[in-house]
This record gives sequence, structure tokens and C-alpha cells, in this order.
Amino acid sequence: MSDLLRLATAGSVDDGKSTLVGRLLYDTKSVLADTLDAVHRASADRGLATPDLSLLVDGLRSEREQGITIDVAYRYFATPKRSFVLADTPGHVQYTRNTVTGASTAQLAVLLVDARKGVIEQTRRHAAVLALLGVPRLVLAVNKIDLVDYDEVTFFRIAKEFTAHATALGYTEDAVVQIPVSALAGDNVVDKSANTPWYSGPTLLEHLETVPVEPDPHDAAFRFPVQYVIRPRTAEHLDYRGYAGLIAAGTIKPGDEIVVLPSGRRSTVTKIDTADGELTEAAAGQSVTLLLADDIDISRGDLISVAGNEPTVTDELDATLCWLAEKPLRPGARVLVKHGTRTVQAMVTELRDRFDEQNLSSVDSPASLELNEIGRVALRLAEPVPLDDYSFSRRTGSFLVIDASDGSTLAAGLVGAPLPLLEDGVESCTGGSAATPDTHALVSPGP
Amino acid sequence: MNSKNGASTVLDTLGRLESEAIHIFREVAGEFDRPVILFSGGKDSTLLLHLAIKAFYPAPVPFPLLHVDTGHNFDEVIEFRDRVVAQHGLRLEVAKVQDWIDDGRLEERPDGTRNPLQTVPLLDSITQHKFDAVFGGGRRDEERARAKERIFSLRTAFGQWDPKRQRPELWNLYNGRHRAGEHVRVFPLSNWTELDVWNYIEREGIELPDIYYSHQRDVFLRDGMWLAEGPWGTARDGETLLRKTVRYRTVGDGSCTGAVESDAADIHAVIAEVAASRLTERGATRADDRLSEAAMEDRKREGYF
Repeated sequence: MSDLLRLATAGSVDDGKSTLVGRLLYDTKSVLADTLDAVHRASADRGLATPDLSLLVDGLRSEREQGITIDVAYRYFATPKRSFVLADTPGHVQYTRNTVTGASTAQLAVLLVDARKGVIEQTRRHAAVLALLGVPRLVLAVNKIDLVDYDEVTFFRIAKEFTAHATALGYTEDAVVQIPVSALAGDNVVDKSANTPWYSGPTLLEHLETVPVEPDPHDAAFRFPVQYVIRPRTAEHLDYRGYAGLIAAGTIKPGDEIVVLPSGRRSTVTKIDTADGELTEAAAGQSVTLLLADDIDISRGDLISVAGNEPTVTDELDATLCWLAEKPLRPGARVLVKHGTRTVQAMVTELRDRFDEQNLSSVDSPASLELNEIGRVALRLAEPVPLDDYSFSRRTGSFLVIDASDGSTLAAGLVGAPLPLLEDGVESCTGGSAATPDTHALVSPGP
Repeated sequence: MNSKNGASTVLDTLGRLESEAIHIFREVAGEFDRPVILFSGGKDSTLLLHLAIKAFYPAPVPFPLLHVDTGHNFDEVIEFRDRVVAQHGLRLEVAKVQDWIDDGRLEERPDGTRNPLQTVPLLDSITQHKFDAVFGGGRRDEERARAKERIFSLRTAFGQWDPKRQRPELWNLYNGRHRAGEHVRVFPLSNWTELDVWNYIEREGIELPDIYYSHQRDVFLRDGMWLAEGPWGTARDGETLLRKTVRYRTVGDGSCTGAVESDAADIHAVIAEVAASRLTERGATRADDRLSEAAMEDRKREGYF
């Protein structure tokens, strides 16, 4: 079992997310004495009777002043069973931008709702974005359960409503777990609560410690974006020419036949090198250097693939964009696309539709895509690029859209349409079509 | 590590962190013209260099090193720094704060602390050498303002960090595009914790300066920290020099880097101590972070790390 879990949190303003994260850190004793002292002092300064645990995680001065979280923050905690990297994503105005960022590397997401309010519009949006980004597992934390007097009926009503929504998004029921918690009082976060005798499931931390983590996609076809060519040119390594990179998917062994894309030249792996010595086999997630039998022209930006199961090399593609910039996207826009280790010029030739996360439906041919909107587009690239569908691999099916003039990141791009809802609307998806969690399970988070 | 043939392909936490850091080094080598590694001889920068060496093996590291030298160093650390540089055939640039004070570009502070004075020599060196990517050993677990730091952190021509201009970082795709004169600070250790660093140092057998392990030293107590005497000064009235068994958890400007009382004489003892510690390493030993609750955020905006 993997000893590292990457997770993201999502929730609306005032759902108590910072308090929940603070509670996890506090109760796992990940908060150190001096940090805690500072929180006690700051809480007392504000006239609070008990320490405000959200102060443990609200970092920047401007958000402490406003009492909100304005950017993704990363938290680290560990128990004897696992280490955790937690992407704490804020829930207000720029929610899509932040949720997309946190979700892009997450193996699990904790979604918060206020027990008094239940599943609201933003809960549905968050869940849709998490499903789109291929986060394999969800936890619904029904927070502030103390404020509904630990009411069983309320909890199960919310749990049922959310499960129906998640199922419509393609999750199987065992990929979604619901837990009644009070971040403020600590119920069922780390320790089991005596206030919810009707709840027999795990506490949040117990679940995080034991939930299966989908491994890197070892079973998938081998994909290796070349980052750098290593040529020592020293007496000892006169003819050494190695291709350095991080294996995006699959496994590789010396003797395996490969094809270099987009050129299509073929060769055989002779050696897998690392600073710790040669390997007899390497797999997704590992940074290695490949040596080949033939002296062929390979440089940064090329992709080495297993021969016989290759990505499509194309200069035209359909993609889903999560638009992250203030400046709207309009048809005809010229941008840069960064895919793997290659950056190419591109043009957005068509806005096909805009996704309405609230209704799980789509709007055809919108005039623009605005900040935090998600839509499907057609792109034409200046040169052919080897592309996998996002549902095959998060690493080789994803790309950045970059503004060529100021270098800013405009959008997160997903090759294909990971949410079938975009084409089919609600009805055909409630039966669970293409985006099943089996597909998600093959998807690998970042290293 | 659970494979029967010994050639395990399942990475543990340290293996994943190492692979991620190597990936980051190679991305920078592939996309920037003039990268540089900040190297002080401290444990985080020593780890950074170790990972850089692994990333480009068997070729030499394709970047020079830069040390912003406050002049308030521990002799053991400078000796270690120079030895490591020579051992790996690296090129080291040193920007001495003293030179900036001598020619009037900087003024000594009344409290004698030189950590805040590092910013100007750092930015001047970046401009002078046209460095476009600057590797630092910062980790997100160190301090709350760093929890939101990107792995690729864009800085203006004035070295400033604007939290609102930072780019979303998606998957493991890093956007390092910048305008002429701007640069990117790169933090390959972003996702490591202090304990990860020590566990990795043990696993890889990485040598560190001796002062990270317990030793006898004359120290005096100021603001709850054990400070050593040196070129930066000694005990004032009411402060007493005492011989203590101490070690350092971080190594910076001697005037504001405190020692902790410790018997941890080797790496195993240090790991046990760190695992049990209830103080963050910066809070325990850095006076400059204590100035205000938002001290680190303010210094980052000014171009410090």
C-alpha cells in the first residue's frame, strides 16, 4: 500500500473548511508548539474564548484580515500509517481556478457541506469539477453536525442526495464515502464521536489512512516525455547519450521496442540509468534516463512511447478547457499550448459548448468562455503533437494554455471530453456511462 | 519496496519526493538560459545540490552556485561549502554583504543582524549575472506564508513576489515564462517536510556541516534562543555566556540563528529528536521570523525567500 496520499479539500465559504483542516493538523499533532502559541495569542486578541483553528491555515495577511482563504495552500501531516499532502482549496469567487489546481494532483477530495444547508449549488459544481479532473475518490464531510443536534435523518438525507449527484457524474458508490463531522467540536474527524451512535463508519482520518490509493498507471501503455538530453562528453562517458524524463504511464525494460513521436522513428531501450545505478525495470512516477540502441535525433519535447500502442499524433484536437484568466476566451484566439515537455503555438478555432455544472448540461456555441467557466473547444496546433485522451492518462492527456504575450497561464486543458455529460446531458448519464470510476482508477495523479 | 525480484517500481514517500525534485531540475535545465542554485552549505541547500547531481548524472550539474554571504557565518559551514564545491568541480559565485556595506550600498542595522540585508546583494547578483531561474531550498511546511508558494514562483525585475500574480500550478506542468529582467524562483523541495529531509539525508548518507550535530559551544540566552558569540557580537549586560551541549537546526546569519540544547550527536539521534519535537525549525531558531506574525510574507514581497 502506498504510504503517501495526496488529497484536496473543497467547500463553500463558511462551510468550516479551514477549521476542518486546522482540526486535522491539530488532532494529528502536526501543529507545533510555537505555531499553536501564535494561534492562541491571535485568538485571544480577537476576544475568542477557544482557539480559532482556522488561524492555523489561513496564511496571508490579506486573508487573515478578511477571514477568508484566497489561494491554494499546501499542508503536510503524517500518522504512523501514512503521509499526507493536502491541497487546501478555497471556496469563494475564484473557486474553479483553485479547485482545478488542487484537484489536478489529488488522489482523493474531501468535499464539505454545512449540515444546516445540505447540498447546495456550489457543492454540485465542486463535485463536477473534481469528476472532470479525474479525482478517483470523494469524501463528503457533512460538517456542523452539532448544529443540527447530531440528527441522523438530516445526515442520511444529505448523504443520499450527494451520492445521487456523484453517481450521475460517473462515480461508483464505493468511491464516495459520507461522514458526519463537527470540525469545531472534533466529532468524527480524528476520534470517533459519542454524539453519533447511529454512524458506524470510519472517522475522517481513519478513512484517509486506509482508503486504497490508485497506483500510478503501471498497466497502461508506456509514455515518456523527454525533458533533457544528457551528454557528459567526458573521457569516461565519451559516447553517453541519455534521454532524461519522468515516466508518465506504464513500465519499461531494457529490450523493449519504442517509438519516438512525433518523428515516428523506432529503436530499442538498451539501458535504464539512474544515479543509483541501472534498473532492470522502471514504472510510472520514476525519474530515469533511457539509453537507446540507435543514434537517432531526439530532443526535449519528444515523447517516447511503447511501439504498437501509441498516442495519436495530430495537429487538431477537441479539448475541455477550464478557463482561469480574467481575460475571456473568444473563438480565433492565438495561444500557446504546453503539453508534456513541448510548447507549441495554437489557435482556438471553435467554442463548441459551455458546461453548466449546476444542471450538468451544456450551452452550445457560446460567444466566449469567461473566468472560471468550463467548456469544450476545437484547437489547431502549429505542429503535430502526440496526444492521449485525458481519461487514459492525467499526465499525457493534460496541457496548459498560455498567453504568448505575458506568459500567464490562461487555462487547464484536458484532451477529449472527460465528462460525457457535455455531450449527452443529464438523462443519459444517470445510468453511468463513459466516465466510470474504473476509468478514473487508471488515471494517475502527479508524483 | 515490496517487489520480489528486488527491482521494485513502487515508490515510497522519499522516492516520490526525489523523483519530483529531479523532474523539476530537468524542467529548468530544459527551459531556462541561466539558472543558478542558491548554496550556503546549510542542510537544505546541500540536499538541493545532491538532488541536482543525481538529476544530471553522469554529466556535471549544468548550473553554477550562488552564496549570499552575510559575513556572519560559522567557520565550519564555510569550510564545508568550499570543500563540497571543490569535490564536485562546481563553480561558486559569492556575493558578500560586507562589500555592499563597504561601498555604501547597504547600511549596517542598529541591531547588527544581517539576514535582512541579504536581499539587495541577492537581487544585484541576479541582475548582474542575468540569472533567470534561481533554485532555493524553501519548503512549504516551514511557515504559513510559504504554504501558498508555487514550485515556480515568478518574481518581478525588482525581485518582488506578488501573491496575486502567481500562476496556478496544474498537474506537473510548470509554466516558467517570464519577461526580460524578471526571474523565476524554483523550489524543488516544496513538498518535503523537515522530517523527510532528515530521513533522506540518512538514507542517502549525505554529509552535513558538523554544527547540525551536538557539540560544546559557548552560548548566551536572548529572546529565548541560545546565540553563539562571533564577529556579530557577544553577550550584552545581563546575558551570561555558558558552555552548553547544543546543535543547530538551521544555519543562517550567526547573529540571529539560535542553537538548541541537544545531545543528538548523529543522524539517528537527530531524526528521533525532530520526530519528537514540538517546535517548528524556524520558530525555534530564527529571530528574524519573530518580528511580526506576517514577517515572512513581508520579506517575501521584498524579494527575500
